Amino acid sequence: MSEVKNILLCGVGGQGTILASKILSYALVEAGYDVKMSEIHGMSQRGGSVTTQVRYGDKVYSPIIGQGSADILVSFEAMEAYRYLETLNPKGFVVVNDFHMDTATTLSGSEDYPENIIDKVKEKATTKVLDAAKIASDLGNSKAMNVVLLGALVKLMNLESLDWDGALAACVKPAFLELNKKALAAGMEAVA
Amino acid sequence: MKQLMTGDEAIARGAWEAGVQFASAYPGTPSTEILENISKYDEVFSEWAPNEKVALEAAIGASFAGGRSMAAMKHVGLNVAADPLFTLSYVGVTGGLMVVSADDPGLHSSQDEQDNRYYAKAAKIPMLEPSDSQECKDFVKVAFEISEKYDAPVLMRMTTRVCHSKSIVELGDRKEVPFIPYEKKVKYDPIPAVSRILHKHVEERMVELEKFSNETDLNYAEYHDKKIGIVSAGVAYQYAREVFGENASYLKLGFTHPLPMEKIRAFANEVETLYVVEELDPFMEEQIKAAGIDCVGKDKIPLLYELNPDIVRKGLLNEESETIEINPAEIAKRPPTMCAGCPHRGFFYQLSKEKRAVVVSDIGCYALSGMEPLNCKDIAICMGGGFSVAHGAQLMFDKAETGKKCFGVMGDSTFFHSGMTSLLDAIYNNSNVVLTVLDNRITGMTGHQENPGTGYNIKGEPANATSVEEVVKALGCKNVKVINPLKLDEVKEAIKWGIEVEGPAVIITRWPCVLKRLSAEDKEEFGNYKATNVVDHDKCIGCKMCIKTGCPALGYDKATKKVSINKAQCVACDVCAQVCPKKAIGREEK
Repeated sequence: MSEVKNILLCGVGGQGTILASKILSYALVEAGYDVKMSEIHGMSQRGGSVTTQVRYGDKVYSPIIGQGSADILVSFEAMEAYRYLETLNPKGFVVVNDFHMDTATTLSGSEDYPENIIDKVKEKATTKVLDAAKIASDLGNSKAMNVVLLGALVKLMNLESLDWDGALAACVKPAFLELNKKALAAGMEAVA
Repeated sequence: MKQLMTGDEAIARGAWEAGVQFASAYPGTPSTEILENISKYDEVFSEWAPNEKVALEAAIGASFAGGRSMAAMKHVGLNVAADPLFTLSYVGVTGGLMVVSADDPGLHSSQDEQDNRYYAKAAKIPMLEPSDSQECKDFVKVAFEISEKYDAPVLMRMTTRVCHSKSIVELGDRKEVPFIPYEKKVKYDPIPAVSRILHKHVEERMVELEKFSNETDLNYAEYHDKKIGIVSAGVAYQYAREVFGENASYLKLGFTHPLPMEKIRAFANEVETLYVVEELDPFMEEQIKAAGIDCVGKDKIPLLYELNPDIVRKGLLNEESETIEINPAEIAKRPPTMCAGCPHRGFFYQLSKEKRAVVVSDIGCYALSGMEPLNCKDIAICMGGGFSVAHGAQLMFDKAETGKKCFGVMGDSTFFHSGMTSLLDAIYNNSNVVLTVLDNRITGMTGHQENPGTGYNIKGEPANATSVEEVVKALGCKNVKVINPLKLDEVKEAIKWGIEVEGPAVIITRWPCVLKRLSAEDKEEFGNYKATNVVDHDKCIGCKMCIKTGCPALGYDKATKKVSINKAQCVACDVCAQVCPKKAIGREEK
């Protein structure tokens, strides 16, 4: 029986974490895994912090990941990686996007956006840093940043053999299919 | 065919497969997507109701007329619908009837975390609790069979994790269930003489339902190691199963009211220690203990908030996972905010300047008005409460001669939900309260559902549009003003007017939610107003007046002491431009 694997995606509302997790879970289901995915809706569209949890294996019970149990934490925003480190297994990986988004408090000046936050993440866990926005822009559209990060996850979780072309075709608009295929490949390459 | 679905989607699919004819709901997280998904199936007549009570009553009518029907709502919505529910328990159904209650342990997006399982007990109706999406779909079918067999409405009790987690569902086909021809029945008219007899039937039904509970496969034992036995239901079962694996035995309950006490007793006799793992209140534990069965529950499993595998592990095994320690002070908070261009911002910005104001808000995006920097809201209780709480408070403020002025505030959908009757109280009993309807032309917080004021129904088809202004006038209010909340002068003037006039005053701010996909009528009324603003850094003196509007598109740079505007977010609502003392903010040249 294959062990259950735990993935945590985090970011800020509007960054495309939900689409990335949809593509991921689609491919996992097609590959025959039992999959459970959990996300909290509600305030995400209003600039709040967003997380999606994906668990897969032969048989999955809990839809949520316990503290210290994520095999990988993929953060679409730099500071959010630090916020959710407690969910990561101390032996797990962090993939962090070198992308900073202000919050209501940093914009108003009542708090500062932390300096060198990625270095602080690196001190705590094995970390791969990606400039996914740049990688995606170079491919033609910075919005494909989410699929670049998904590519990094695919590589680090050894999921390359899944049918990603099929999953992308099922989840993204045809006009963006080629771009997203390239973005996925670029993300895989970035952490190779 | 297999598909990954949320619990809400699976409930919708189950309803379609079960031959449901009518479904009604009022939006509320985490239940909203149930009806949104049902509306995609053309075989089901689906509708947004103005509130949960109305939704359930319409479903009751549909049931009596012979079709399978349902109403869905969040936990606090069932408080609103409780009146028809309790009598419906006596009267029973014709076509099967299911009420979905989506509870919110952990208060992800609610004002309380009440445990609605007690409604099943109080109303003496059968209850099902699914633990994943497949069960959501399967249990809907069972719910309708139980409803029709036992002549009772069925409560489908869900929680946020069940509603919003995705798991694999095996899809089936719709099975049409023929309408049951309408016949006039004595039970449909529960006058006291009838209800005395119906109550007896309810008690007899409870006995029959308990027999069913003890026999049904919805409640099953799973024996492994017998040192620990766990009784659980809903998503809590998944957590217990995750933590203990095959190191414990389980009595997994899908049908939880009435409880299968004989099955529980037999299970208790097989295991050394019996634990009850349930979220929120000791609903099962108290009943099990009252039946004389020894068990451990809330001594080990917290009463508060949402459970998860860690909490179950810590509670029952006193084990904790190794984690990476972080220092929360290292990072900035990321609270939700009103969106850039939100039409509520201008109103609350101006209201926050009125020092006599006590602001009684309501349930919706305007709940965010209580946060910095607007820091405007004082009070909020429940849907529709904004106006009536403000009315009561105003009467007392005036009686005590405090000089305070109450401002009740709610959105258009909330006004139609139950604000109309609250307004009527203020008009009828003539308080000097100022009541504002923030009419943003949509139900905003729950993700843009149509409502009686928008001119469209749940399927996006044209519908009769009710005007807030006409309703307010028709209720007898003599002081009514409709303003554009993005024009701060208009807002300021309206607030001043509201304070000065005798009797209740109603201000209607009419401007669409910035995220709304505008209808043809919206475009005609509001035009294509969106553009981008820019700060002239030669004029900006870094006074941060604009920052005090709390717009997330504005950022203050401590190094340059200048404000900049995020072009991706700005829609040129112009609120910041109006507060800038140096006129440094203007339209970006195309």
